Amino acid sequence: MLRYIARRLVLTVPLLIGISLISFLVIHAAPGGPVEMATDLNPKVTAEARERLRAYYGLDQPIHVQYVRWLGRMATLDFGQSFSRDGKQVSEKIGERIPVTLAINVLSMLLIFLVAIPIGVYSAVRKDSWFDRISTVVVFTGFAVPTFWLALLLMILFGVKLGWLPISGLVSLEYDSLGLAGKIWDRTSHLLLPVFVSAFGGLAGFSRYMRSNMLEVIRQDYIATARAKGLPERKVVFRHAMRNALLPFITILGLSVPGLLGGSVIFESIFAIPGLGQLFYQSVMSRDYPLIMGALVIGAFLTLIGNLLADVGYALADPRIRTE
Amino acid sequence: MKIARVLVAALAFVLAAGCAKEKQEAGSAGPVGSDAPAHGDAIVEGSIGDVSGFLTAVTSDSASHTAAGYVFSGLVRYDKNLKLEGELAESWEVSPDGKRITFRLRKGVTWHDGAPFTSEDVLFTYRRMIDPNTPTAYAEDFKQVKRAETPDPSTFVVEYGKPFAPALASWGMHVLPKHLLAVYPDISRSPLNKKPVGTGPFRFVEWKTGEKTVFEANPDYFEGRPYLSRVVTRVIPDPATMFLELKSGGIDMMGVTPLQYTRQTETEEFRKLFHKYRYLSFGYTYLGFRLSHPLFSDQRVRQAIAHAIHKKEIIDGVLFGLGQEATGPYKPGTWVHNPDVKRYPYDPQRAKALLGEAGWKDADGDGVLEKEGRKFSFTVLTNAGNESRAKTAAIIQQNLDGVGVKMEIRTLEWAAFINEFVDKRKFDAVILGWSIPQDPDQYDIWSSKKTGPKELNFVGFQNAEVDRLLEEGRRTFDLEKRKKAYSRIQEILAEEQPYVFLYYPDALPVVHKRIHGIEPAPAGISYNFIKWYVPKDQQRYTTFQQ
Repeated sequence: MLRYIARRLVLTVPLLIGISLISFLVIHAAPGGPVEMATDLNPKVTAEARERLRAYYGLDQPIHVQYVRWLGRMATLDFGQSFSRDGKQVSEKIGERIPVTLAINVLSMLLIFLVAIPIGVYSAVRKDSWFDRISTVVVFTGFAVPTFWLALLLMILFGVKLGWLPISGLVSLEYDSLGLAGKIWDRTSHLLLPVFVSAFGGLAGFSRYMRSNMLEVIRQDYIATARAKGLPERKVVFRHAMRNALLPFITILGLSVPGLLGGSVIFESIFAIPGLGQLFYQSVMSRDYPLIMGALVIGAFLTLIGNLLADVGYALADPRIRTE
Repeated sequence: MKIARVLVAALAFVLAAGCAKEKQEAGSAGPVGSDAPAHGDAIVEGSIGDVSGFLTAVTSDSASHTAAGYVFSGLVRYDKNLKLEGELAESWEVSPDGKRITFRLRKGVTWHDGAPFTSEDVLFTYRRMIDPNTPTAYAEDFKQVKRAETPDPSTFVVEYGKPFAPALASWGMHVLPKHLLAVYPDISRSPLNKKPVGTGPFRFVEWKTGEKTVFEANPDYFEGRPYLSRVVTRVIPDPATMFLELKSGGIDMMGVTPLQYTRQTETEEFRKLFHKYRYLSFGYTYLGFRLSHPLFSDQRVRQAIAHAIHKKEIIDGVLFGLGQEATGPYKPGTWVHNPDVKRYPYDPQRAKALLGEAGWKDADGDGVLEKEGRKFSFTVLTNAGNESRAKTAAIIQQNLDGVGVKMEIRTLEWAAFINEFVDKRKFDAVILGWSIPQDPDQYDIWSSKKTGPKELNFVGFQNAEVDRLLEEGRRTFDLEKRKKAYSRIQEILAEEQPYVFLYYPDALPVVHKRIHGIEPAPAGISYNFIKWYVPKDQQRYTTFQQ
């Protein structure tokens, strides 16, 4: 097993280099560069000023030189300096946005599990019941409704009409003058809508997985055996069926790892949340190459690690797929 | 049942209390004498984009420039009537030959950290602007300077090789503190780009990336302490969310769209809480032709298209009437604008006649004109994501169809549009907009010397008289002479129609009613920002009291 993990880890390196090379070429092939995006159609900017800026960013070098330089820095885990005018390092720019993105993603994932697993189990056990049908309609509505539309409706209801919840942002302006309880409520109230909206869309996928896994398991012989030996139905469902039905979730969890640090631009823009989604979107729009590369490398790395974790976790949990 | 009744009663009480409170507020907003200017309170603005840095020499986005404007000052600035006036300079004088400008600086001005402001700071700023280590895009105006010196701490003298009128306005560049920046060879990487220290009306408090920037009143500001204690700019990238924040009290000020202005703010409720303002913005939208294109090289064809386009319909349809028909590249109401130029009223018959003169006839009766076997059909390009330009294109398409001209519309992503099509001159016509800078020098847009790659006369306009007048206009400080030169340029542009100037859109800011002292002027509303105030009994954010 350890040898298997080690081999997979070693294989990650060439894979990452390949991914980074393709990404590097693709983002440089997109029309316009960081200098053009900032100065196009500005009468005050001369061709000479443009050249100077290009040299300042090292963009006057041939592309393979730029790539090798970038790779050299990456070897020491240095993401380099962002092209944005605040002069920050890429790692700093990404770092300052991780907490909020991670918090919202973890909270919404927990909410999804808490709601989707019971829905899935119950609709499998009571297949074709009213509950099954209604929950199907509800979760698929959540899946189909555009995030921005739902978010705006909820904002109008809870923010403008009722005035119960803040509309956007992370904290109120008076945050610093609030007491501890006030601060906690202030933060929570700002998170309620975003977490709900981001979880609502994810319910369908997870509850359907859970339902179909359960249906699969419930048909197995060992469930019939458990029932035959007179175990109470509760025990059959939760002890024997659900635990086995949860196995494929390991894979899903592994695949969700990169998603924990990914944010949706639309969702973050609507709620004015300064998360990674907005940062990456803006970096693409301004052709901030070091930042785009940083984001892509982190995403690729997390994806590879997530896959590895899923494979290993699955092998640990399910003896049937343990080879040699 | 009983509980329900109690609840209803309680609710009624709360509602009544709410109403009473509102009435009280409304009462105090009346002319009772309680509207006296007072210090305190905060204004919360909404902004689509975040600040990228506070040193305007190295930033190029409007959010950064607005934020830096609170903290920094220049030697000169534009007053409410768009005339240059002294800011850090008390006065200035231009030598008779126009090559030397002597600035007399205000005395007793201090930086926010208490250090005195002197002519050394100005000289330092100038040196950093032309320093190759400074990643600035705006060095050009300063490179024209031949010599700069500081005879004494309150005098700054610059000398130019030849007179250069836009130079005066270029000294509106924010002056940087030498004592804090001298140790950093690259100012964009100095801490000041994140935590600015300036001489302006507000001091920097904090910048939370992607969230907000906060400034507080500078009690030592040389024109007096601003009334508002704080200025908070919240980053809200989505315009729909921003509007909801406005309605729910989360922000006090934003620019609204024509749709919101005419359809979503006409409620009793909204009027009770907000003032809406409306004035011409500094910009115009145009249809520009590639003049070397065989279809558009004939002036009569361009004039015909101008006659065929129904500008009023565009303004009504796209801007809900909130704009004005454009006649040239300057804003009406400013000193340089010439209203007496040739106009092109909507007249399809005249358009057809002009096209006929130019040899375009619909011989085969398919509704599209042709000449020498070629049909009059072309493609107009505009950038994706700009709804008003796309709608404008659709209306023009309809208009031109009426005179037998077939126009296709293609929208492109901004970077591809500019770099692959405009820069490479691969277009028939474009719909774009220019902002109108306060100095009238438009050499870069109309001079025949500016048609090279990436230069801005991309339509390829060439006119010897305009070239001469552009040169004349930038070589004299005499406003009368400049006005004459630019008036003539406007006449020629109106006659030749290298662009069909379409419309000037209105700026539509909305501000909460508790904020008093706003007086719209040609420059807009923000020129007297330090005089905005909230009467004592209407103040909302009282925790910020200093």
